[in-house]
Amino acid sequence: MTPLAGLTPAALTDALLPSAAPLQLIDPDGKPGQNPGGLTLPDPEILLELYRLMVLGRRFDRQATTLTKQGRLAVYPSSRGQDACQVGPVLALRDQDWLFPTYRDTVAVVTRGVDPAEALTLLRGDWHCGYDPYQYRVAPQCTPLATSTLHAVGLAHAARLKGQDEVALALLGDGATSEGDTHEALNFSAVWKAPVVFFVQNNGYAISVPLAKQSAAPTLAAKGVGYGIPSLLIDGNDAAAVYAAVRAGLDRAAAGQGPTLIEAITYRIEAHTNADDATRYRPDAEVQSWLDRDPIARLEVFLSQEGVLGEQATQEIAAQAEELAERTRDLMSKDPDLDPADLFAHVYAQPTASLERQRAALLAEIADSAR
Amino acid sequence: MTGLLSAGEQTRTGTAISAARQAPAPVTPAPVTMAAALNAALADSLAADERVLVFGEDVGTLGGVFRVTDGLAARFGEQRVFDTPLAESAIIGTAIGMAMNGLVPVVEMQFDAFAYPAFEQITSHLAKLRNRTRGLVSLPIVVRIPFGGGIGGVEHHCDSSEAYYTHTPGLRVVTPGTPSDAYRLLRQSIECADPVLFLEPKRRYWSKEQAALTSAGPAIDRAVVRRAGKDVTLIAYGAMVATALESAEAAVHEGWDVEVIDLRSLSPFDDATLTESVRRTGRAIVVHEAPGFAGYGAEVAARLTEQCFHYLEAPILRITGFDIPYPPPHLERHHLPDVDRILDGIARLQWDDNGPASNA
Repeated sequence: MTPLAGLTPAALTDALLPSAAPLQLIDPDGKPGQNPGGLTLPDPEILLELYRLMVLGRRFDRQATTLTKQGRLAVYPSSRGQDACQVGPVLALRDQDWLFPTYRDTVAVVTRGVDPAEALTLLRGDWHCGYDPYQYRVAPQCTPLATSTLHAVGLAHAARLKGQDEVALALLGDGATSEGDTHEALNFSAVWKAPVVFFVQNNGYAISVPLAKQSAAPTLAAKGVGYGIPSLLIDGNDAAAVYAAVRAGLDRAAAGQGPTLIEAITYRIEAHTNADDATRYRPDAEVQSWLDRDPIARLEVFLSQEGVLGEQATQEIAAQAEELAERTRDLMSKDPDLDPADLFAHVYAQPTASLERQRAALLAEIADSAR
Repeated sequence: MTGLLSAGEQTRTGTAISAARQAPAPVTPAPVTMAAALNAALADSLAADERVLVFGEDVGTLGGVFRVTDGLAARFGEQRVFDTPLAESAIIGTAIGMAMNGLVPVVEMQFDAFAYPAFEQITSHLAKLRNRTRGLVSLPIVVRIPFGGGIGGVEHHCDSSEAYYTHTPGLRVVTPGTPSDAYRLLRQSIECADPVLFLEPKRRYWSKEQAALTSAGPAIDRAVVRRAGKDVTLIAYGAMVATALESAEAAVHEGWDVEVIDLRSLSPFDDATLTESVRRTGRAIVVHEAPGFAGYGAEVAARLTEQCFHYLEAPILRITGFDIPYPPPHLERHHLPDVDRILDGIARLQWDDNGPASNA
């Protein structure tokens, strides 16, 4: 990306604006993309890892959807179709960086290394967050959309104040860009030059509301110029472009050049959650057209043509995906060990006298009803 | 933390107040305003703990619209005391991220009603993150909010918003009634592992007290008896503490010996201190500026009734603001509880079993 210092307002505007068409390194047919912009095609081993993680992620996603049908999960918002956006940004992160996921980003959370059972704790309904954010450098999955973008900015700014090289990656969707907190997060991060990458998965719908009813901006990435933030518009079903764009944003942030806004055009193949009926607001033909732009299939074709991915590797990866699914099933088939006393344990650093009394009352109530 | 350290402690100008405190314990401390006491608490916290940051709107160069942060940016540097863009949700939201990364933000909402854009960040995140993560994420954040009326402020500058916060589990809500307690409570709040909503009674910013500033004394969650009495317990907090004390003195002429309790901590509630007093006096009135309906006083009256019923000689009364939006400056004196209204309330405590107790 162009260095921004010393540019005239007009030149700065040009430098900040995204491309008119989405940047693409690999096209839907698995051929080299026609609009790479300044993005660099990742090395073959990165591409192979992107492929492997997407195959695993999609299998996990399918398993989670199945678990809702078996009553093992309360709800699951699938990210099928957004596989490149789930895996690419996470693979680009360094160990010391932070991921700020939303409720639809469970595949990203698992890709970061969080144990599947810990990642699904929220959606199983056992507790609100099942993993240690510090262990994985993954913030709790955020349900009130856009609010976590501000946490990402604060965490990143703190890192900078402390002289620590840490970048925060905030995941959000097209709907969340309408929230005030997104505006505030973009503005604060730009003013503070906070090391943040905002990654917007534009999957076309906020539950049922299409993008046309969400925003009149030429693109969501175009909003960056208003904040003084350089922005990239990319093909979100091209894992290579996703990885390269996030990598570029992380590099800028780590170099002290501030935030980057990335809009990745993608599509949510499944309904909003298992409780949603997407046929009420979008035609099947539209879904079909996006199935033809599948992010895994195109990378598989590309890697095969490049001679990087052969039959044996494909089978090995498929076997790994089945192992992950089986492990997830096993973990989720165990009934959770929940202690009602925990309800009072972490409201404050030390339970108040009042909470102690309420805990005792509940436990007595439970003991009574067990008699 | 080198970045932070190098920024601070460069120009240790110090104020008259902090100079006085650094000297050997003075026999007669200089009178100090609540604003100066709060300023001293912030300065001493910044000096004591390099993780402490102060930020918000106009808190840097200007020193805050009430001058509570006066001189702090110059003394500790702009990395630790800084102005933010004008956006309250972002002030709280970014403070949460900073606390997740090991810092201790002390942020300012410029006025009570201007904190409402941050309501979601406060109630859904600040209050809950510890609970959501089973104690793994701790947010030792202090949110300073000048609150309440009595200063001739135009609309949206005089709200008593305490009940919004006390109704939210996970938050501590405290408010000082005196300058020395303002210093103590703010130091304690900054050291507290829980998020603290620190409500500053703006109408008392310039009230003075001759007292040494120290963080020793009653703990953050304790109420204190400001005036001992045997007939009635008058329960107040924030700006109403002074009004309650004044009422207690006036009540002497009516033959009532009034005990005044300064709650200090609105959440959690100090049941022990309050219950002991009300059981002893048998009568109680809770006073606040906020509207009475579903207000904080309702909780105080209800829980003390539950705990003291057999000791009560009369229903616990609430003397509060009316159930109206905060009035314009020329009418606010009719809204705010004052000595007369409190004395009228005491008179209704069924001393002779006549007349209705409540005006509610």
